[in-house]
Amino acid sequence: MVEQVSNVTHKYLRPKKTFPNVWCPGCGIGIAMGALIRAIDSLNFNKDDVSVVSGIGCTARIPVYLDFNTLHTTHGRAIAFATGVKLANPKLHVIVISGDGDLLAIGGNHFIHAARRNIDITCILVNNYIYGMTGGQYSPTTPFAKNASTAPYGMIEQSFDPSDLAKSSGATYVARGTVYHASQLSRLISQAISHNGFSFVEVISNCHTQYGRLNREGSAVKMIQWQKEYAVPASAAARMTREELEGKFVTGKLHEVFRPEYVSEYQKIIDKFNEEEEENRQLQES
Amino acid sequence: MAEVETKRKKSFYKENVPLLMQGNEACALGALAAGCRFFAGYPITPSTEIAEILSRLLPRVGGKFIQMEDEIASIAAIIGASIAGAKAMTSTSGPGYSLMQENLGYAYMAEVPCVIVNVMRGGPSTGLPTKVAQGDVMQSKWGTHGDYFPIVIVPSSVKECFDYTVKAFSLSEEYRIPVTVLSDEVLGHMREIVKLPSQEELNIVTVPKPYEPPEWYKHFEITPDFRSPMASFGEGYRFHLTGLTHDEYGFPTASKTEIVRKLEKLRLKTMRHLDELTDVRVEMMDDAHIMIFAYGSTARAARQAIRMARKRRFKVGLIQPRIIWPFPDQIVREYLERVDLVIVPELNQGQIIREVKRLRYRHVKIIGLNRFDGELITPQQILDKLKEERH
Amino acid sequence: MADTEKVEVKKKWKKRSDPVVIYKKWCKACFICVEMCPQKVFDTDRDGYPVVTRGLDCTQCSICWLHCPEFAITSSEK
Repeated sequence: MVEQVSNVTHKYLRPKKTFPNVWCPGCGIGIAMGALIRAIDSLNFNKDDVSVVSGIGCTARIPVYLDFNTLHTTHGRAIAFATGVKLANPKLHVIVISGDGDLLAIGGNHFIHAARRNIDITCILVNNYIYGMTGGQYSPTTPFAKNASTAPYGMIEQSFDPSDLAKSSGATYVARGTVYHASQLSRLISQAISHNGFSFVEVISNCHTQYGRLNREGSAVKMIQWQKEYAVPASAAARMTREELEGKFVTGKLHEVFRPEYVSEYQKIIDKFNEEEEENRQLQES
Repeated sequence: MAEVETKRKKSFYKENVPLLMQGNEACALGALAAGCRFFAGYPITPSTEIAEILSRLLPRVGGKFIQMEDEIASIAAIIGASIAGAKAMTSTSGPGYSLMQENLGYAYMAEVPCVIVNVMRGGPSTGLPTKVAQGDVMQSKWGTHGDYFPIVIVPSSVKECFDYTVKAFSLSEEYRIPVTVLSDEVLGHMREIVKLPSQEELNIVTVPKPYEPPEWYKHFEITPDFRSPMASFGEGYRFHLTGLTHDEYGFPTASKTEIVRKLEKLRLKTMRHLDELTDVRVEMMDDAHIMIFAYGSTARAARQAIRMARKRRFKVGLIQPRIIWPFPDQIVREYLERVDLVIVPELNQGQIIREVKRLRYRHVKIIGLNRFDGELITPQQILDKLKEERH
Repeated sequence: MADTEKVEVKKKWKKRSDPVVIYKKWCKACFICVEMCPQKVFDTDRDGYPVVTRGLDCTQCSICWLHCPEFAITSSEK
């Protein structure tokens, strides 16, 4: 059996953990996790140089299975923890993986400020439009008029567009993928990790157990195939009118700019003092 | 040569020279001397000076300073930095300390060393931002949810601010636990003459690194003295850290035996070392019939009050705990047997007095002297209280 | 040279009945592989778990193992 389970992904799974994983059958989080693993594999990183940080929720259970330096923190604070990890050890490639409620509701403040700061963290948001683990309450991304267990008469709040939020907060790389387009997703994630600066990848996923059940969207397969129908590649979207894009979402790389990155800017200050000290020492010697 | 002199003057740490400095400054310098290389904070009166000083000095020693978006993020960032291998600290005051409680609990659970300086101010809520109080004593013990046994230090002078910040780092590393330093507004802003010790005189403890190969490594190993070595991220030990109750490897568990083992470890690692964690200054207690139990800036007034009272032939002594949690039960109980009156002056409506009452021996009279109008207790007040009781 | 090698490898798996292997212990029978396979290689067994029944139709498109949330499918080519 050992040889049989020797996919690329299995190299990066923790042997001490028991499988199958914790998620419901057919959950897109597993697919997103596979995409993340393949992205890291394609970049040929040493396992010791990768740190995966998460908060609380279904998605936040990903790190426990991954054989990296993993950190499962408190609800919404993953980015704040990751900021500390990255600053204290800039060698590490820090990846934050988080759900929509975790990152945008309780952790919204940390999210926009990390994006503004442009610190070299890769943030992956698995967006399933609902709080899955606690039983289907509405989240900041639940679309208008959809049902949730705390919105039994339909959602009357407006929802966030996480990618737009990231872009306007100052993230320097923004992309959106779906779990249906799994290979494109791992490409986007690997681009995001290699990008120097705050990079953000939104992953449209499915929660058929809560969101699908409450909104009669069908099985896992149906929900994943729904993504195929409603996803518009960025290149095609550029040629489409606003009306045509109504109700659809654009996938692919949405935004990329280059701005000074926080950790390297801080390093410049430290280097300046180091040089000064060196000069000082030379003066004293002479 | 002149240029060298001016450049040398930039050096911030001068050993064995009398320096006039604030309590907050002493905290900041103590942190640097202890090897703190990461600070994350959020501006809050009256602790802001610590952040300001460290933002200036940390890059000079290769450390990092970051001003986070709130106190929740500040403590999260220092925990992250500590996990990645830097000695880390944050400073705050009452409202910020309340915000930090959630992640403070995380640090207890995940056994992450870090130091939190809480410069206490009047409360509750926004309260009295520029006035002194000692209202966070019980919060520092019971603030976060669940069962845990914290270490909390209360300095009472500028020199102690320095020494005990250094000690806070050592204790946090030794026990792998977040340590709170409860300074207060008066102490933080008061200037005193301090001679900083040389680097060799400081007794700095650093958490030991594991020596076993990575595949054998247990991040939360239960050792005979409950203090386990700690690897950092990026060192080849790929471990998992979580706030969920976990086994010795750090993986979440729901097994009854593992839960008990973990929570017992959290208790025993401080409670087994009570003798090392007792730091009490005892003054003039040999012949005393009256004991004043005071901590922090109140202890200064108490010391003066004792001098005044001794002149009037009152046999008074002072017990001043510098490590207030775990509470020094042993010593307090010992002295409670010898006295018949205990006065507990506090800048709140009676918090630590409950602990003293818990240890009450026979019919010792224990009374509180409470002031919560934003001013310090004066020596005269303590003396008046004493006279009133001994009338 | 390289091309002929490739052809040989291709023939090899064509002959085999199992172009992909399902690790049943990890499988949760979510049907993603069964329904998303463009060649309809899978069928379900009595318990609802997928089994490879039309292995010869498999084109090694990798859709099944890319989309398996449980990492229970491995292509035998890889």
